[in-house]
Formats: sequence, C-alpha cells, structure tokens
Amino acid sequence: MHAHEDTYKPSGPFSKWMDERLPIMRMMHNQFVDFPTPRNLNYMWTFGGILVFCLVTQIVTGIILAMHYVPHADVAFDSVQRIKRDVNYGWMIQSIHAVGASMFFIAVYLHIFRGLYYGSYKAPREVLWILGVLIFLVMMATGFLGYTLPWGQMSFWGVTVITNLFSSLDEIIPGLGTAVVTWLWGGYSVTGATLNRFFSLHYLLPFVIFGLVILHVWALHVAGQNNPTGIEMKTKSDSVPMSPFAIMKDLFALVVFVMLFAWFVFFLPDYLGHADNYIPANPLVTPAHIVPEWYFLPFYAILRAVPSKLGGVILMFSAIAVLIFIPWLDTSRVRSTKYRPIYKWFFWLFAITCLALGYLGSKPAEGWYVTFTQLFTIYYFAHFLLVMPLVGIIETPKKMPGSITEAVLGKSGTDEPAVASGAGGGLAPAPAAPEKR
Amino acid sequence: MEGTLASKADDATRRDFLILAGPAFLAVGGAMVVWPFIDQMNPDAGALALASIEVDLAPIAAGQAITVMWRGKPVFIRNRTAAEVEEAKNVSLNDLPDPQTDEERTKEGHENWLVNVGICTHLGCIPKGQGLGDVKGEYNGWFCPCHGSHYDTAGRIRKGPAPRNLVVPPYEFISDTKIKIG
Repeated sequence: MHAHEDTYKPSGPFSKWMDERLPIMRMMHNQFVDFPTPRNLNYMWTFGGILVFCLVTQIVTGIILAMHYVPHADVAFDSVQRIKRDVNYGWMIQSIHAVGASMFFIAVYLHIFRGLYYGSYKAPREVLWILGVLIFLVMMATGFLGYTLPWGQMSFWGVTVITNLFSSLDEIIPGLGTAVVTWLWGGYSVTGATLNRFFSLHYLLPFVIFGLVILHVWALHVAGQNNPTGIEMKTKSDSVPMSPFAIMKDLFALVVFVMLFAWFVFFLPDYLGHADNYIPANPLVTPAHIVPEWYFLPFYAILRAVPSKLGGVILMFSAIAVLIFIPWLDTSRVRSTKYRPIYKWFFWLFAITCLALGYLGSKPAEGWYVTFTQLFTIYYFAHFLLVMPLVGIIETPKKMPGSITEAVLGKSGTDEPAVASGAGGGLAPAPAAPEKR
Repeated sequence: MEGTLASKADDATRRDFLILAGPAFLAVGGAMVVWPFIDQMNPDAGALALASIEVDLAPIAAGQAITVMWRGKPVFIRNRTAAEVEEAKNVSLNDLPDPQTDEERTKEGHENWLVNVGICTHLGCIPKGQGLGDVKGEYNGWFCPCHGSHYDTAGRIRKGPAPRNLVVPPYEFISDTKIKIG
C-alpha cells in the first residue's frame, strides 16, 4: 500500500490483543482514517464514495426484493406488481432499486469522465483504470439482466434483441451463433427458462462487482489518488488526512446525491423507465419501438450505426473494449486536461459526442438520424485512436505549478525542499510527469 | 549393479510419461466434469418434447394468414393469392440480398402456402404484416418495426438491416389441408 507513516496505536488491551492476531483495525486506520489525500480534490472526487453507496443500496434492496419476487414466466410480472402494491413498503423498496440502477449509472458516468478529464488512467494507475472498466462492464451486464426480471414487454423484447446479437456469430462460423443463443435461452426462443437463469445471474453479479471494487480500491490505495493538477503528492503539505477532511466532503456530496435520488424515488419513480414495461411480456407482439434503458443508449446507437449485423455488434463491444487501452493511447506527458490547451477542446467534443449518441440511440434508425449516428460513432473511435495519441505529441502543455501546495496557495509549502519549486516551469516538470512514454 | 543405469533411464521416461499423462488426464477429466454444468443451460427434455406440431390449413382463405406457436416461436402461415405468388416468382435473383427462388421456399403443388418462422433475422423482433390492417412494408410481405427490415411475399429480405430471409421451418404436407411442422 501507499507508503506513509503508520500512526495506528491500539487504544486498549483488546485492540492490542487483536492487533497482534488480525491487524484489521490497523489497516482500516492507515487506509481510511490517516490516509494522505490530496488537499486540492474537488467535488468530482466524491463519486467513488457515492458509487460504494449505490452498490450497497442495490444489494440491500435487491436481497429484500428477492424475498418477494417470483422468477417464473407466469407470475413474475404479477409478483412485481404485488411488491409495489401489497408488500409493506414494497412500493418504496422496489422504486429505490429501479431508480437506484439509473443513479448508479449517473454516478459511474461522472466518475469515468472525471478520470478521463484529469488523466487518472495514466501511469501508475493503469490497473486501477482497467479494473474500473471491468466494473463498468459487469455493471452493464447486471443492469441488463435486472431489467428483464419484471417480465414486461420491454423486458422481454430487450432480452430478445440483445441475446440475438450473439446470433451474428453465424456470419463467422455458420451455426455457432444459433447454438450460443439457444444455450443462453435454454430453448428456441426467450422463455421462462431464460428468466430463471437471468434471475440467478442477476443475484450473482453484484457480488462479483463487490470483489472487483475491493481490488479497485486496493489499486487506488497503492498508487494514491490523482488530483485536479495531475501532479503527484510530494510533501506532507500536499495532503490532508482522509478523515475527517475527505470523509466529510464525501458525506456532504452523498447527501446532495441522495436528495436527487429521493426526488426520483418519491416523485418520479417511473420517469426513467418505459410505459411498455407495464404490459406483460407477449412473445407474439413486438412493441413498435424498442429502446433500452437510457444508460445503454450511446452503445445502442453505435450498434445501429452500420447496416451490417455482425459489424454493429463488433463496433459496440469495441466501444467498451477501447477504454482498456486508453492508458497507452494517450501519449501526453501531462495528466490533467487543465494544462492541455488543445486536448481540452477535444475532451468536450467527446463529451458532446457521447450525449449525442445517447439522444440518437433513443430515435428510430432511419434518415438523418443514421447519418449523424455514423458521424458521432466515427468521432467516438477517432477520439481514442487518433486524437489521444496525436494531440499528446503535438501539444505544448501550459505552465504547471511545482506542487499541489503551490497550486492551492500560489507558493510552495513550508516543509517542501526549495529545489522542487524551481522545477515547476516549462513543459512537463520532471516530478509532475512520472509516466514513461 | 548392472541394471542401475538402465533403470535410471526407465525412471526418467516413466516420470516424463507421468508428467504428460497426469495433466492430460486432468484436462480431459476436468472437461468431462465441466460439460454437464454448461449443457444444463441447453433446451431441456420438456422443450424438445414440444418440437413438432400439426396445423389444419382448411379454415384459412386465400389472402389470409395465421400465426401458430412452434418451439415457442411464432410461425407465419400465409395462404397467398395468385397475384402474390406471381409477384414473388417474378423477382430477379440479382435484386435479392439473400438469393432464393420462390420454389425453394415453398412445397411443390402447394405454392400458395408460405410457411415462415415469424422472427426477423436481424435481432429477433416479430415483423408486422399478419393482420389485415397491418403495415406490410414496401414489398407487400412483412415489415419489422424495430429496425426497418422489409420482407416480400415469399418472406425474403428486400431492404433493411436483416441479413437473411425469414427462416422456412422443416415441415411437410401430411394431407392437402394439414401440415406437420418440425
């Protein structure tokens, strides 16, 4: 773990006895109480804590819902309605779980864009970033599986369309895709057998996420947190202890987030869903317009960008896979976009691209919508494959402060060696850019 | 002793054999143990038992279509009018993304009957076109509302993202007015 002074002192005979056998209190103290946190973190750094809250909320409400839900094609739809109407506080708990999925994705997207803006994926945080991408991937699988469980029209046809993506493998090896899809369904179409296994997997995956989160936090505590300047902490004056400073700030942000969450739960519980999911699943009638949940829309747009079925599937999975390679695609010696005058414009263009793809994913795939989807899809990939490598090479970063303390106070901290502040000017000061190219 | 060298060599080869055979045995055994846990997800005996159905065609007048369920999938059975059959036969194969003649998609002597699995070959939606008031698409067959695939009166893909024609399920005429699907 990140090297810093061990300040843990067992407070009594029991903690001393425990510390000699299982030093868990020592670990918690050193990692979450007296852990050095950059003093300049802004509110974009509060989403990690918020995401832990979201995961715990989904697990707790999910376990409760599983006590009342019946994963059988004949009664699944009714059992969800029964939870909403008859089960004590079921209306609230079901709503927290359904809205919670959307809140989880809002938080995770902000968390990802924070990482992209401040270069949090750059060395030595590549593994931390990749673990994050994996968590995002498993989150999407969990969200998709969970959306099938109410067994409404949108659930049923969402499963049908998404599982059918795998049938495109028939275009590589004839019969392979069909075999995979039949295996996923447990039949020749989406049936109750499919619902049962999706329920089982939807219960499993959150615990897989939990395990990945532990690795993600571990990797974070080895490398230490990035910060808005992208300069590593060098002296004691660059940091504050996690408790109470970062913890209190995280809690305040969490309260604000929970207010938004509660607004949806109590006043707009169905706003983020689809009316079609209040119609029980009917294998003979396809809804006029199948749309996934909002958090999948950009990827759904990319899926439909090309007229080829296999091509669309490959593009969609590549759109996520490319994220894994960002630490090596970005050639810049500076982490934070704050000091990158050219890249800054491309970053916001990328953010607009993602929003535009989200909008286009909700529209029918015809006419101008297709043209714009194709344009934005091209930029989505170009951003990672062309802009990140090239801009990093041609750009001259802005003058950077010598340290975090200097960035905050406008001068170097008291206990900082005088040499370090002198190295602050010019292109990429040595201590601020530890990554190798 | 005389046999020492030879027995050492024997030991070496025996060890080599064990080193190769052990893991190979483990791999095969492992695969045999894993297979039931994978195969349990394939269609069960109950799903396979429902694999064939008989359909009485007598009540379907020319121009009408019915939908029956087979293996949990809708099957479109259309009693095509002479004009629709003619339309399907007069298409040049060069105009088809998935070239197939009308004859290849129907049974000889029963050309008016078109039997197709009613699932769009793109992403599995149910195309419109069975009901009298339905949109039938630009080629008078079926139209998939999900991503805009148009099928003609022989169930062939003509326009849109679907890669293949509607699937013709295995079926046979057991009498002039009865078919067995599956």
